[in-house]
Amino acid sequence: MSEELKPDELLDRIDHTPASGNWMDAPVHIRPGMYCYAAKAESVQTLGLPNARTWNPIEDDWKLPENWQEIIHNGIKERLERFRTFKVFMDICVRCGACADKCHFFLGTGDPKNMPVLRAELLRSVYRNDFTKAAKILKMIPGGEKLSGGRPMTLDVLKEWWYYFFQCTECRRCSVFCPYGIDTAEITIMGRELLNLLGLNIDWIATPVSNCYQTGNHLGIQPHAFKEMLEFFTDDIEEITGVNVEPQFNKKGADILFITPSGDVFADPGTYTCQGYLILFKYLKDKYGLDVTWSTYASEGGNFGFFTSHETMKRLNAKMYAEARRLGVKWILGGECGHMWRVIHQYMDTMNGPADFLEEPVNPITGTKFENAKSTKMVHITEFTADLIRHGKLELDKSRNANRIMTYHDSCNTSRGMGLLDEPRYVIQNVCDNFFEMPPNTIREQTFCCGSGSGLNAGENIELRMAGGLPRANAVKYVHEKFGVNTLGTICAIDRAALSTLMEYWVPGVTVSGIHELVGNALILPGEKERETDLRCDPLPGMEEEEDE
Amino acid sequence: MNQKYMLPLAGVFLLFLLAYAGVEGAGLEWFFGIVIPYLAVIAFIWGFVTRVIGWANSAVPFRIPTTCGQQKSLPWIKQNRIDNPDTALGVFIRMLFEIFLFRSLFRNTKAAFNTDENNKLTYSWEIFLWLGALAFHYGFLVVILRHLRFFLEPVPAFLTFLEYVDGIVQIGLPGVFISGIVLLGAALFLLARRIFDAKVSYISLAADYFPLFLIIGIAATGIAMRYFTKVDITGVKEFTMGLVTFNPVIPPGVGGLFYAHVFMVSVLFAYFPMSKLMHAGGIFLSPTRNMANNTRAKRHINPWNYAVDIHTYEQYEDHFREKMIEAGLPVDKEA
Repeated sequence: MSEELKPDELLDRIDHTPASGNWMDAPVHIRPGMYCYAAKAESVQTLGLPNARTWNPIEDDWKLPENWQEIIHNGIKERLERFRTFKVFMDICVRCGACADKCHFFLGTGDPKNMPVLRAELLRSVYRNDFTKAAKILKMIPGGEKLSGGRPMTLDVLKEWWYYFFQCTECRRCSVFCPYGIDTAEITIMGRELLNLLGLNIDWIATPVSNCYQTGNHLGIQPHAFKEMLEFFTDDIEEITGVNVEPQFNKKGADILFITPSGDVFADPGTYTCQGYLILFKYLKDKYGLDVTWSTYASEGGNFGFFTSHETMKRLNAKMYAEARRLGVKWILGGECGHMWRVIHQYMDTMNGPADFLEEPVNPITGTKFENAKSTKMVHITEFTADLIRHGKLELDKSRNANRIMTYHDSCNTSRGMGLLDEPRYVIQNVCDNFFEMPPNTIREQTFCCGSGSGLNAGENIELRMAGGLPRANAVKYVHEKFGVNTLGTICAIDRAALSTLMEYWVPGVTVSGIHELVGNALILPGEKERETDLRCDPLPGMEEEEDE
Repeated sequence: MNQKYMLPLAGVFLLFLLAYAGVEGAGLEWFFGIVIPYLAVIAFIWGFVTRVIGWANSAVPFRIPTTCGQQKSLPWIKQNRIDNPDTALGVFIRMLFEIFLFRSLFRNTKAAFNTDENNKLTYSWEIFLWLGALAFHYGFLVVILRHLRFFLEPVPAFLTFLEYVDGIVQIGLPGVFISGIVLLGAALFLLARRIFDAKVSYISLAADYFPLFLIIGIAATGIAMRYFTKVDITGVKEFTMGLVTFNPVIPPGVGGLFYAHVFMVSVLFAYFPMSKLMHAGGIFLSPTRNMANNTRAKRHINPWNYAVDIHTYEQYEDHFREKMIEAGLPVDKEA
C-alpha cells in the first residue's frame, strides 16, 4: 500500500529527466496512491449534475453517455467563447519550458505529464485537432496529421485528462513564470468542468459540494451540531482563560457576519484557529461593543464548487450574500482560508453581486475604510486584525507565544490570486517574537502549494499528496534545521489539515498553526485569569515546571 | 532519428530547394518573387486580424490577474504597484515590462534535487532562456527594421542611424551587422535547447522546430547574400520597390538564393497567424497580465452571468427548523 511508502523510497523514485519519445504514445496508468475515488452517485445528484452513477476509475468501463465525445467537443466550443483565458491559452503557448520545473507535482513525482506545459497540452492536443486551421490544412497532406501535434478525443485521452487534472492543485505558480501569463489553473478548471459534464468528479470534491449545498458546509454539520461545536470551544476557552466568549448565531442586525471554512470548526488544528476568532470577537465586543454573528446557513467559507465548475461555485457562494442580506449586517468578515479567498476576491462580486444592500466596510473601532473591499464588502481577517494592531487596539502578550519559532507559509490562492502577503506577516510579528522566512524562491508569489489543495486532500491519494508537498516541506526543513523553526504558520484551512500530515511525514517536530490561534494566545481578554496553557492545553512558556509538579 | 525535428528540417530544406530550383531551373521568378509574397502578406494580415478578433470576441467573465506582489490594502502596507497593479497605469507598466523586457521569464529559476543526506531541493536563477529569448527577439526586430531600407525611398535618417549603430564593430567589407549574427546565434541556441534539454525536448512538437528552422534558413540565406555571394543590391531594391508600389518588376541578375530567401520569408508570414507565433498578439490579451487586481474594490461584469439554482435559507430552515428551535437558534418562521 502506498500509505506505507517511506520518505526515502519516495525520494528515490524522483527523476526529473523524462524518457525520450513522444508523450502522446505514453499510455496513462491510473495508479493507486495517486488518484482519488470517484464521486458517489448521490452526491452528484444533489445538485442535479450530469451522469450520476456508481463507477470506478480503475475499471475499463467508465459508464459514459453514448455521445460523450460530442459532449466534450461542444463543451470545449462553448468555453472557448465564454473564456478568453481558455482561448488565448490554447493558442499562444510556445512550449519554452519555463514552467516545467515550477510545479510542485512535477518536482515531487518527476512525472513529465505533471509539467504544467504538458498538463495543458493534454487538452491543447485535442483542441488543435478539433478547432485549428493548421491541423485542418496538415490533414490534407499525407502523414501531416502527426505534424500538427493534434490527436483525436479517445477514451484513453479522457482517462489521461481525468488522472492529471486531478493532479493539479490550481496553485498558479507556473503562471508567475510564464512569459504570457498562461495559467494552468484556468486549464485545469476548464478540464474539470468538461469532465464534470460526463459525471467524472472525484468524491472528495463532490460530497463536500453536496453537503455544502444542502446543509451549509462541506462536512455536513447540521445547525444544532455547528452550534454545539462552537460551544465546546467556548467551554475549553473558559477553562483556559476564565472568560465565557459566548458566540452569537444567525443574529439579525449584528454589525458583521463572520464566515470561515468549516474545517476550522471541525478539524484540528484549525479548531485552535477558530478559538482564536472567538477570543478576538469577545475582546472586541467587551472593549468596543462590536457585534459579530456566525451563521449556520452560510457556515462554509470554502467552496469546493470552484473545483467542479464555475456554475457550481456560484451556486454555493450565493449563500454568503443571501445570508448577509437576510441578517441585515453592515459587511462580511472572512476567516483564514485559501481558495475561499480566491473566490471572494476574484469571483464573488461578479457572480453574485452587486452587494448594494451592504455598507462599504469600515472598521468601527479604528475608523479605517477598507478601500480595497468597497465593492465586494468582504474583508479578510488578517487585514482586519492587522488594522486593529496597527492602531494599538489590541492588548497582546507576545511572551505567551515565546516557545514558538515561526515561519510562514503563503497559501497559493491568497498570494497569487490576491496578493495578501504582508498583512499576515504583520500580525505574526506582533504576536510572536521569533519569525524566520523560508528561502525566497519558496515564499510570497513563489510559494509552494501544500500539495493537497483544490479538493485533493483525500486519504487514498496520500502518495500524490506527500510527493506534491515535498518542495514546501523541503523549505520548512531548511529553516527547521537552520533556525530551529518549530511552528509553521498559515492562513488556509486546507493547509492546516494538509501541512500537518506533510510535516509528520517529511519534517517531524514542526507543528502547523493558524495565525489567529497565535492571536488568541497572545490577546489579553478583559477579566481573564492568569493563563497557564495555550489553546492546545500545552503549558505556556515559563509554566512548564508548575505543570510537572 | 527524431521525427519531431527531422521532418520540419527536411521541410525547410525542401522549401528552399523549391524556390531555388524554381527560379534557377524553371525561371519562375514572377511566381516566387511576386505571386507568393503578395499572397503571403494577404494571408498574414487577414490571419492575424481574424485571430485577434477571435480572441477579442471571447468574453472575459472574471477579473483574474496573477498577482506577483503585495496587494493594495491598508494605507501603511506598501503595495507592489507593478506586479500587483490596481490601476490602469500599473497594468500598463506591467504590460510594458512584460512585452519589452519579458519580465516573467526574467524570474525563471532552475530546480535541482540533490540526493544526499540532506536531500535538498534548490532553486537557482536561470537567466539563459531569458537572455536567449531577448537576443532573438531584439535581433529579429533590428533586422526587420533594417530591411525597411529596401521598401522606402528615400531611406529615412533613423534607418541610416540604426545601420550605423548595428555596424559599429566595423569588421570586414561589407561591414558586419551585429543584429544578424545575434539573431542567428540566438535561434541556434533556442534550437539546441529544444534538442538537448531533455524536458524541453520531450514537450516539443514539430510545430516548435519548424519556425526555428525557417528563421535559421532565412537568416542564413540573408547572411550568405550579404557577405558571401554579394547579391546585386541595386537589383534587389528595384525589386522590393516594385512590390511596395504595386508595380512589380523582375530585375535581371538577382539569383535564386534571393528568391529562396523571399520565399522562406513569405512562408513565415503565411504560417505566422495559424501558429504559436501568434503569442506576439496573444500577450496583449492575456487576462492574467492585462487586468488590474481591484476586483473587490470595483465590480467586474460577466456578460454571460446567468441565474442559477441555489438552496435558499427558507429551504434550509424548513429542513432543519425543529432542530434549530431545539438548539436555541433563531428561526424566521416558528413551526
